[in-house]
This record gives sequence, structure tokens and C-alpha cells, in this order.
Amino acid sequence: MKNTALTKTHEALSAKMVPFAGYNMPVQYDGVNIEHEAVRKDCGVFDVSHMGEFLIEGPNALKLIQKVSSNDASKLTVGKAQYSCLPNDDGGIVDDLIIYKLKEETYLLVVNASNIEKDWNWISSKNNVDATMRDLSEDYSLLAIQGPNAVEKMQALTSHDLAEIKFYNFEVGDFAGVENVIISATGYTGSGGFEIYCKNDEVKQIWDKVTEAGAKPIGLAARDTLRLEMGYCLYGNDITDETSPLEAGLGWITKFTKNFTNSEALKDQKRLGVERKLIAFELDERGIPRQGYDIVDGQGKKIGVVTSGTMSPMLGKGIGLGYVPTVFTDVNSKINIQIRKNAVPATVVKLPFYKG
Amino acid sequence: MNIPSELKYTKDHEWVKVEGDVITIGITDFAQSELGDIVYVEVETVDETLDAEEVFGTVEAVKTVSDLFLPVSGEIIEFNESLEDEPEKVNSDPYGEGWMVKVKVSDASQLDSLLSAEAYKELVSA
Repeated sequence: MKNTALTKTHEALSAKMVPFAGYNMPVQYDGVNIEHEAVRKDCGVFDVSHMGEFLIEGPNALKLIQKVSSNDASKLTVGKAQYSCLPNDDGGIVDDLIIYKLKEETYLLVVNASNIEKDWNWISSKNNVDATMRDLSEDYSLLAIQGPNAVEKMQALTSHDLAEIKFYNFEVGDFAGVENVIISATGYTGSGGFEIYCKNDEVKQIWDKVTEAGAKPIGLAARDTLRLEMGYCLYGNDITDETSPLEAGLGWITKFTKNFTNSEALKDQKRLGVERKLIAFELDERGIPRQGYDIVDGQGKKIGVVTSGTMSPMLGKGIGLGYVPTVFTDVNSKINIQIRKNAVPATVVKLPFYKG
Repeated sequence: MNIPSELKYTKDHEWVKVEGDVITIGITDFAQSELGDIVYVEVETVDETLDAEEVFGTVEAVKTVSDLFLPVSGEIIEFNESLEDEPEKVNSDPYGEGWMVKVKVSDASQLDSLLSAEAYKELVSA
């Protein structure tokens, strides 16, 4: 099992550590509900250094990225980032990712920890245009500083005007006494804030200054409840090798203005309409939906499966995502979640679950 | 780790308070701390008579679902319904307000198989 550069720091904070995507990661420090609320109402910091980073460079870097990704990376200018996914050849998704345009002909791809090797091999296999690829995953650390007070609390740590960095934009500069870090207005919580990319030997100093400035350490358990309250997809749960970006509600990052892997088939799928879609639902009664539970219709017939579910800390009710046939996907549609012996009524809702 | 000496315990990290032929069951301080924030306790077996080792309910933390096993045969006579609105009592007061069910024991001799506080302490520190 791999450690991040901060594993000892987490252990010193008595974090509960669990194996995640091959890394020894903090799942919680003080308790998931307290941590969740800290991010929603104040400011928290996550060590998410397990995420993978690939650098793609050269005159044909964009050509390769356009070929493997579903969003239109030609729209990126230096200083902008873009959410995208890597479609496979069979209608599914290899991974979802964020693409940063660092300089002309230089892009950073940030991928899920569990998929680093798979993504590397996949993109390499499509690289017949001689783009230069470098895997920086082992050299770089990533901190997510999230919450409504993140800008105010972190401003003293940098000469950049944090309030001026717009959503999905980034700057490269000084932060917490370290030069040349990426300060990116991105995140996976829906509560605003930043993500900071730095070298492994710099991350301890940044972590210390960020926590001194008032960010509370947050574990992966709260990361999951926070992202689910926003309805953000988690690779491996809500999107997989078997789910199409159109089924998953990722049509907004599937741009047919260009050709990419499997784009012809996806274009047909869009034209004909998908047979199933990822829906968001809230339970009408007590209970907690969990990944793998069946979704059933009024007669008890299985119509789908829950892909993510939890008790929403902010709403105090069971929320989840799952795939069902298109006929059940309108907002306010009634479905049921099979929880042990009971078919618990649920209602299809619009995302996000939590609207701040 | 709080392990009151007057209670009995199970290897499934439940505690049992014996009062005549009625027992009260909850989960131990160790169990609540391992599970983290408890968000739901479901018991739908009130008035049912179950065998030892049968599941009488479910306790859910944010990330986990755990079955609750009945340590001895008996009839579930009461569920602590205050847990429906305040499941967090299991975290804050596992041996008091966080109790889960009361059971009328069918065969008192089965109570002999429960662990003493000392034996349970050994189990969790192993």
C-alpha cells in the first residue's frame, strides 16, 4: 500500500486510516457529520494526493486530448480547466478527469487514483500522434481547500487575489511560502474553494499553514457525502466502463463539435435517445439507500440499481443516484428502493440535493 | 474504552443488561466508536420471537450497514423508539439512552454463554 506525503500527519491527528485505491488514506478525523458541516459552513482541507496527474506536451498534445476526451479541449485557454471524460470504444467511460491548460501545448490531466494505470495505458494506446506523456502522479500532492470561508481564510497565504480566480480557472504562483503551485478554483464539494497542486516535499508546509489559517482536516467519508449531496458522479459507482456519458447526464461534457473515441456511436445514442438514465432520488420515508440496492416499481419489479446512496447530513434524509429506464426519470416520478425487506417509496428529484 | 463491569457482552460488540427474564441490548462503546456517526437504527422485529444469532435489526453509520444479532432466543418486547429521531444517542450514550431493544428471554440458561466485562475487554484489546 502506498502512502501520501502526509500519511504521518494524518496518523498524528488520530485519523482513522483505510486502504483506498491502493493508498493509505484518512477516512475521518473527528466524525463525518462534523467534518461535512465544517465544509458546508466554514472551511476544510482534504489530502487527495492519491489522485493521478499526467502531463501531456508537444505540438500534438491537443490532438491527443481531443481524441481521447469527450469535452472540447480546444475551448481551453491558458489558465482554464475543464471537466471531461474518457469514453471507451464500447459506449462506456474509462474515467472522468479534469484537464488544465498550463501553457500553450502543455496540459495537465488529473485522473482518479483507482484508474491511474488504466488511464495511462488507454491514453498511450491512442497516442499515435507523438504527444509527450509524463506520469507525475508519484511526484505531486493535491490538497482540496473547500468551503464558503476558504477564500477569506486562505487569502493571507498568497499574493494572488483568490476572490478573483473564477470557477474552473487557476493561477500558478505562491501559496503558503511555496512558489510555483497551481491554485485552482475547483473542487468536489459544491461549497466553493480551491485545489492546490504542489510537489510532495512541499505539501507538509502547505498543509500546516492551511490548517493554522483555520481549515479543518476532512476525511474521505465526508468527501463522499459532500459530493453526493451535489450529485457529482463518482467513478466506479455512478459512472463505469459500462455506462455511457449520455446515460450519466454528462451530455454537457460530450461535445459533438469534434470527433473523439466512440463519438459516432454516442451521437447515434443521442439522436435515438438513451434507454436508461442516472437519476437522483430522495427517500419519502426513513431509511438509507446504499450502493447495490435494487430500485423497484410500484409492483415490486426491479427497474434499476442504486449506484450511490447515503444519509444526507444537511437534509437529514436518504438520498441516492441510480440508473432506471427513461420512463421513470422525470422529476417527481415515484420509485421505490428495496431496503432489506421493505420497498421504501422515493421521489425523483432535480440536482443538487443540497442547494446551500 | 468504557466497558461497565455490571453488564454482559457478546463477540458481536453488543452489551446485555440482565433483569430477571428481561434483557436490554445495545452496542458497546467500542462498536459505536468503530462505526462512527450512527444515522439510523432500524428494528422491525418488535413482538417477534427469534432464535439466538438471528438478526433483530440494523444499525447504519454514514458509510456502513451492520446487522444486530440477538444473543439469546427470545421475544423482542420493546424498541427504543427515541432512536428514530435521535440515532446519535447510540454514539453519545451507548450504555444509557442509546439502548436498542428489550427482550423476554426464552431460555435463561443461554445467558451463561455471554461474556463478562473482563472477557470482552480482552476481546477488544486483542
